[in-house]
Amino acid sequence: MQNRIDQLFASGKKNILNIYCTAGFPELNDTVKVMEALQENGVDIIELGMPFSDPLADGPVIQDSSTRALQNGMSLHKLFEQLAGFRSKIHIPVILMGYLNPVLRFGVEEFLQKCAETGVDGLILPDLPMAEYERDYKPLFEKYNLDLIFLVTPETSEARLRKIDELSRGFIYAVSSSSTTGKNTDMGNQEAYFARLKNMQLKNPVMIGFGIRDKATFDAAAAHANGAIIGTAFIKAIENSTDLKATIKDFVAGVR
Amino acid sequence: MDIAIDTSKSKYHVDENGYYGRFGGAYIPEMLYPNVEELQRRYMEVLKDPAFQAEFEDLLKNYVGRPSPLYLAKRLSEKYGAKIFLKREDLNHTGAHKVNNTIGQILLAKRLGKNRIIAETGAGQHGVATATVCALMGMECVVYMGSIDIERQAPNVARMKMLGATVVPATSGSKTLKDATNEAIRDWINNPVDTHYILGTAAGPHPYPDMVARFQSVISEEIKKQLKEHTGNENPNYLVACIGGGSNAAGTYFHYVDVPEVKIVAVEAGGKGVHSGFSAATTQLGKIGIIHASKTLLMQTDDGQIVEPHSISAGLDYPGIGPMHAHLFESGRGLFLSATDDEALAAAYELSLLEGIIPAMESAHALAKLKDLPLKPEDVVVLCLSGRGDKDLNTYIANMKK
Ligand SMILES: Cc1ncc(COP(=O)(O)O)c(C=O)c1O
Repeated sequence: MQNRIDQLFASGKKNILNIYCTAGFPELNDTVKVMEALQENGVDIIELGMPFSDPLADGPVIQDSSTRALQNGMSLHKLFEQLAGFRSKIHIPVILMGYLNPVLRFGVEEFLQKCAETGVDGLILPDLPMAEYERDYKPLFEKYNLDLIFLVTPETSEARLRKIDELSRGFIYAVSSSSTTGKNTDMGNQEAYFARLKNMQLKNPVMIGFGIRDKATFDAAAAHANGAIIGTAFIKAIENSTDLKATIKDFVAGVR
Repeated sequence: MDIAIDTSKSKYHVDENGYYGRFGGAYIPEMLYPNVEELQRRYMEVLKDPAFQAEFEDLLKNYVGRPSPLYLAKRLSEKYGAKIFLKREDLNHTGAHKVNNTIGQILLAKRLGKNRIIAETGAGQHGVATATVCALMGMECVVYMGSIDIERQAPNVARMKMLGATVVPATSGSKTLKDATNEAIRDWINNPVDTHYILGTAAGPHPYPDMVARFQSVISEEIKKQLKEHTGNENPNYLVACIGGGSNAAGTYFHYVDVPEVKIVAVEAGGKGVHSGFSAATTQLGKIGIIHASKTLLMQTDDGQIVEPHSISAGLDYPGIGPMHAHLFESGRGLFLSATDDEALAAAYELSLLEGIIPAMESAHALAKLKDLPLKPEDVVVLCLSGRGDKDLNTYIANMKK
């Protein structure tokens, strides 16, 4: 069954822009406001971060946004409260990104059910191992028609990439370099890796993320894939904003 | 030596998928996959290599000073009404059991062609033991340490610096061991090719819990021999150790887990009391989840956020527990107790006066539970004295005045 992510990629659209924002940030009730502003300004996909106390794959900027969101009172229960009814306003694909522990605590099936109920399209759970997903959770993701998006890196072997491509739904998240989020990767140095991905003719679309921070890096990455993902740079832009709507408008205009 | 012994038939050692019962595994982001997979694939092959074992054994003997004595503590025995032996890991070079593991891992790192070493540390003992072996092998060393621990373990920070290590403060979260471990893992993500992460306890993603336990297993290998010499029987009635992540305990229990008549006792840090809100007693307060890429028991909120623990001892101030121990707990194989800050302090003063040994604050937690075991005069107890107390003198002096 096609969901919003599949439809977007099936439309043949190029330079797809996916923006990450931590839920409950900068203020607790900004979650949906930020999403609305992103959609209004032509962003294609929203990746919503579920804040966690110990985000291992994140650099300081996203870590701090998580800490702040948790201090604001964010939790998974709160997030689903905030998301209730958001599909009356937002029609672009929404992906939740987060670490496995809060999801386990919530209960995996309850969590997936809530995602489906509220209208979430897919998930990124970087610390869920592929083998465990395949063994324990794949049927549940299919039951709720939710995509699980896996990460690949420049160090991921071809055989493993093929396996990831087989298990992924939605798209493959190609991390631009082996790093935590927010490193200023030089996209020019990664061309061999991007070309390798392209030449493999994967069945899933590919989005490039980590280190995408402005128009130059967005264009450089998007040229090699279906589009690119911006996280840290967006968090930095809005963390001290006094006018979220205006800041988001300027930010997206600066990238597009 | 028995570091590569086949444990595949044991219910209490790691299985072929990296699990202990329902605990363990490797919940790592893809960025760590090549490094962790390489370790999983190669560690047993390296540990089995006779040349590797010979080098490990030689350094343990001539550099660390092993075997460490198994000492019959007469006055302590008299006080508690049993035969109490102390396994003197405090007499190792650098003052704790941690060095057994760092020697093993640096030799492994060399075999894997790595030239940069990172580590996390709580009390600073593992950091010092890592900085020491890096100096010995001429390797670059970066140690992550919570900024709160940097303050409370100042002498160890100075030692690491003198040994040529760079000490990086971890300022995120609770600014203690958990956060130092996060920072070390992030460093490893950012340095995927030339760096080996010497994790200091029997926690983290598979194969670390088993690998660290194997390097520490020299402790129980020696206990067996030494106890037989002392008493004619290699099996004690009780084995007692403190648990932070669980490396000294894993080493103490390693060759005994499948000997049912040996009772295994684990002592966690109770802090100001298990239900005071200031505790690190993971098996009592924890629920299953994932910490540092391992599925195990950990202290967490209902929302799955990892809780900041408390212990007077920086080495036990950890909200998780190694997966082997989570399984020993859940299966009922181990008896898990907790000692409060005050009980541990009292035990440290007591050992100093009764035996002339100033123990590490961590080891004092194990000592503190002797009073709670149903000991009989003929019982033989082996307690792992995991480290010496020099690093804790400030804490000891401050509390003596009271
Ligand atoms: C002397 C000593 N004992 C025990 C521990 C706790 O660690 P583990 O549970 O890995 O033995 C530490 C940790 O720093 C230590 O320094």
